[in-house]
Amino acid sequence: MNYADLFRITLPETALEVAALLVLIIDLAFLRRAALNVRASVAALLGIAGCIAALWLMPGGGMFSIDGTANTALLVTGGLVSVAQIGILVLTGLTLVFLVDAAFTRHVGEYVAIVLMSATGGLLIAGAQDLLIIFIGLELLSLGLYVITAFAKQSGRSAEAAMKYYLFGGMSAAFLLFGFSYLYGLTGSTNLHQVVLGSITSYGSGSPLFYVALVLVAAGLGFKVAAVPFHLWAPDAYEGAPAPAAAFIASVSKVASFALLIGIGMAILRPFGNVHMVRMVVVQDGSVLKHFDGLSYQWSLLLAILAAASMVVGNLAALAQISVRRLLAYSAIAHAGYMLTALAYLSSRGASAILYYILTYGVTTIAAFGVIGVIESATGTDRLDGFLGLSKRNPLLAAVLLVLFLSLAGIPPLVGFWAKFNLFAAVLSVDAGVIPFVLVALAVAFSAVSLYYYLQVLKRAYVMPAVDEAPIRVHPVTMIVLLLIAAAVVVLGCLPSLLQNWIAKF
Amino acid sequence: MLAWTIYLSFAGALVEALLPKGRAGLARAVALVFALAGFLIAVAGFAAGAGQGRITITDVAWVPSMGIHYLLAADGISRVVVLLTGLAAVAGVLFSWNVDHRTNEFFAFFLALIGGVYGVFLSFDLFLLFVFYEIAIVPKYFLIAIWGSTRREYAAMKLALYSFVGSAMVLIALLAAYAASGSHSTSLLDLANAGLSIHSQMWLFPLTFIGFGILAGMWPFHTWAPTGHVAAPTAASMLLAGVVMKLGAYGCLRVAMGLFPHGMDPWGFTLLGIGSWRDVFAILAVIGIVYGALVALVQTDFKFVIGYSSVSHMGFVLLGLMTLNQIGLTGAVLQMYSHGVIAGLLFAIVGRMVYDRTHTRQFGELEQMHLLRRLPFPAWAFVIAGMASMGLPGFSGFVAELQVLIGSWHATPWWTAAAGIGIVVGVAYTWRALQKAFFTDVRPTAEDHPKEGWGDLGAITWPEVTAFSLLIAASLIVGVYPRILLDTIEPAVKAFLAGGAQ
Repeated sequence: MNYADLFRITLPETALEVAALLVLIIDLAFLRRAALNVRASVAALLGIAGCIAALWLMPGGGMFSIDGTANTALLVTGGLVSVAQIGILVLTGLTLVFLVDAAFTRHVGEYVAIVLMSATGGLLIAGAQDLLIIFIGLELLSLGLYVITAFAKQSGRSAEAAMKYYLFGGMSAAFLLFGFSYLYGLTGSTNLHQVVLGSITSYGSGSPLFYVALVLVAAGLGFKVAAVPFHLWAPDAYEGAPAPAAAFIASVSKVASFALLIGIGMAILRPFGNVHMVRMVVVQDGSVLKHFDGLSYQWSLLLAILAAASMVVGNLAALAQISVRRLLAYSAIAHAGYMLTALAYLSSRGASAILYYILTYGVTTIAAFGVIGVIESATGTDRLDGFLGLSKRNPLLAAVLLVLFLSLAGIPPLVGFWAKFNLFAAVLSVDAGVIPFVLVALAVAFSAVSLYYYLQVLKRAYVMPAVDEAPIRVHPVTMIVLLLIAAAVVVLGCLPSLLQNWIAKF
Repeated sequence: MLAWTIYLSFAGALVEALLPKGRAGLARAVALVFALAGFLIAVAGFAAGAGQGRITITDVAWVPSMGIHYLLAADGISRVVVLLTGLAAVAGVLFSWNVDHRTNEFFAFFLALIGGVYGVFLSFDLFLLFVFYEIAIVPKYFLIAIWGSTRREYAAMKLALYSFVGSAMVLIALLAAYAASGSHSTSLLDLANAGLSIHSQMWLFPLTFIGFGILAGMWPFHTWAPTGHVAAPTAASMLLAGVVMKLGAYGCLRVAMGLFPHGMDPWGFTLLGIGSWRDVFAILAVIGIVYGALVALVQTDFKFVIGYSSVSHMGFVLLGLMTLNQIGLTGAVLQMYSHGVIAGLLFAIVGRMVYDRTHTRQFGELEQMHLLRRLPFPAWAFVIAGMASMGLPGFSGFVAELQVLIGSWHATPWWTAAAGIGIVVGVAYTWRALQKAFFTDVRPTAEDHPKEGWGDLGAITWPEVTAFSLLIAASLIVGVYPRILLDTIEPAVKAFLAGGAQ
């Protein structure tokens, strides 16, 4: 065990932790008496600086392992893991920008510190190869999320949302730990690859305990990505959390969780790198005695069920929402369903497609919450009616909203369309029979449904008459970031190769 | 050269969006300039391409890792529909001259829609075609929802959802064809040559055909069309009936039939006399022709008559496609052009010339207004346009429908006879509408004396006369001398029949 390796590949995490401590110290020791917006700006700047430092220190690739081999790896980096980690850092920085005009708390230093620590957990699970590291990383991420959900201390809804989130999260953590302990007990290892190989060699698909373990793990992880039926926390958390916190939950934590799912999926579905389904066959005298599927078949099936349920429930429930935050929460559930489809039928191409999807989705969602934050501070509500007449009250903001929501609905030439296309093409390129095709057909059909609820918001902004025509002012920094994100959504949609080639470089 | 139609339209949309608010005159002028430029390029491209086959305009690798190309090309079929789009764009701007509410936004959406339509007609990459196809859906929603009339929000949403469901079906087929072909290219030509198995073509064909057919107003997926047309502002319903429905028909031809020709092969068994998808869609087309005409016959709303007549006329396009012979297919393409021009004209008369002045489209109220005397120009315009719509000789509709019927007579004589009913009823509903709207002179009683519509109806303006002349000329020239289009369409259709996409 070489601790220099550990230090080298956890430099970004270290940088974030240092930044978190710095933010705390500076805010508490030197800026106690400064105006809130000064403190917020300083804290956000320091946090962003921490993210940039972490990006700077990102190792090119590497592994931390007990005996130097992949069999005992605890953490890896490089490849898609690095892509996910860069995504987490960039998105974290973006969510911090919206602090400049957020007035939900007086404890901005603590807020930024907790966000950075949460992001550290995200970085850890993106590269985790060991059940214990996964669990620790997930808890580090989640605890921060519970806290920032509750951060608007004056608001009862914020506290209620955090309480629900925390209770569901605690439950899911228990499930996950229970599942992990079964896997350990059955295979004698906490390393992902050892667990998967052990599932094929020593027990095959015979032991019912494996199924129990898989279901428990799927429940635990399904909670993190808000897959149906473990999604119930999401609408409440999205609705109750302060807008910057909701943006963080909706983007950064999703990127981290999907990166984790990709890591687990790659280990389970492709233990030898290039084969999709692994099957062991015991042959004696030329006749097949027995065959073992390992975990792969069951895992695919489980994810496929979660995916289908998420697409259907997410999209249908979103139709009925009158709160835009809840609408985004249910649409997030639907988007998770699309990505779970690709996770169920994972290929290396699918893995990059999922990352492409979640990164662009994350950026779009952050901007969407940015717009919602502005609307809320102007109108005091996130209901659909709050968006009435937005195209008159602030044409630029309305244009940003138009681009973001059409992209979420998957209208070309915006990046959301390309992400979907890429994702579904990757699913279909895995030769696994008719189920992936049915899932993709379902996903495309429900994308058509999703247009309805996205248009509901745009209809308020552009079509229906305004109740109040007073202009809405936006903090220049917020506006610039929103415009940049909207521009990126358009440019990446027109030139999809840009991001794709960048991902492929790793 | 033709590619500039796309760029200019989008550039125009951008310019309109950036124009200062409240300068309606400027917005109109800018829109006219861009629409006119696109039209002139379309004419020039049409003239330059006469007698030539398919010409590749632009071919740039767009997403190399997936074999997606930014591939624009034009053959005879594309040139004709691009020409139609140019016509509709100019006429649409002229007929929208009176839009004074959020004028620059209106023309921004209008030009974006036009740009998307040009793009579809010139794309020879399936992915690119799909992208442009979707670009055309969104502006339609806003055009109807913001500037529309009767139940506009409902109609706009219905239209958007129908279109999006149709395009979802196309997208599924696109993904499946791409995955199944293994050709690693989304070019229409490569996909057509990829040798997709008959088994997969058998279900990809109907999926794609219905997906595009929804937008073409194919019965029974047509219900968005009348409500959409009626709610839309004049220019939007002109575009909707004139070119957007053609997008659907064009997709049916270029994508569904071009890529999956074996999808129209016999199933190997016969169900109620139907032995292939070709039969199914031919019958749906005939039902559309007759049903649309019959429903148009009993409408009380002037615009609904035209809306349902579109369903009926588009049925001829679909029937022509399903003949699979040269004369029928040529007729179908010609009918796309013809209906585009004539439907645009009819919608302009009803929406712009009559409704904008009288504020009613109900026959009951129009009957009391002595419109023949008070609005003679629209009345006689409708007489001429109605004759064109009925398919009288001398107008483009006659040549088109005749060819479709001859073609389908070779394919399915009995169903052709049924489609003939549609023509007869077509004469009836046009006459009825004409008579009720313009030629009745009911003296109003004291109680139901209409409050509105009795003031000054306003003179017919120059943009209206210009646009009317443009469209009627477009129909007459082709009606009198059809070779002008046929020489371009026929070689393209021949090539199409000879080898899938080309």
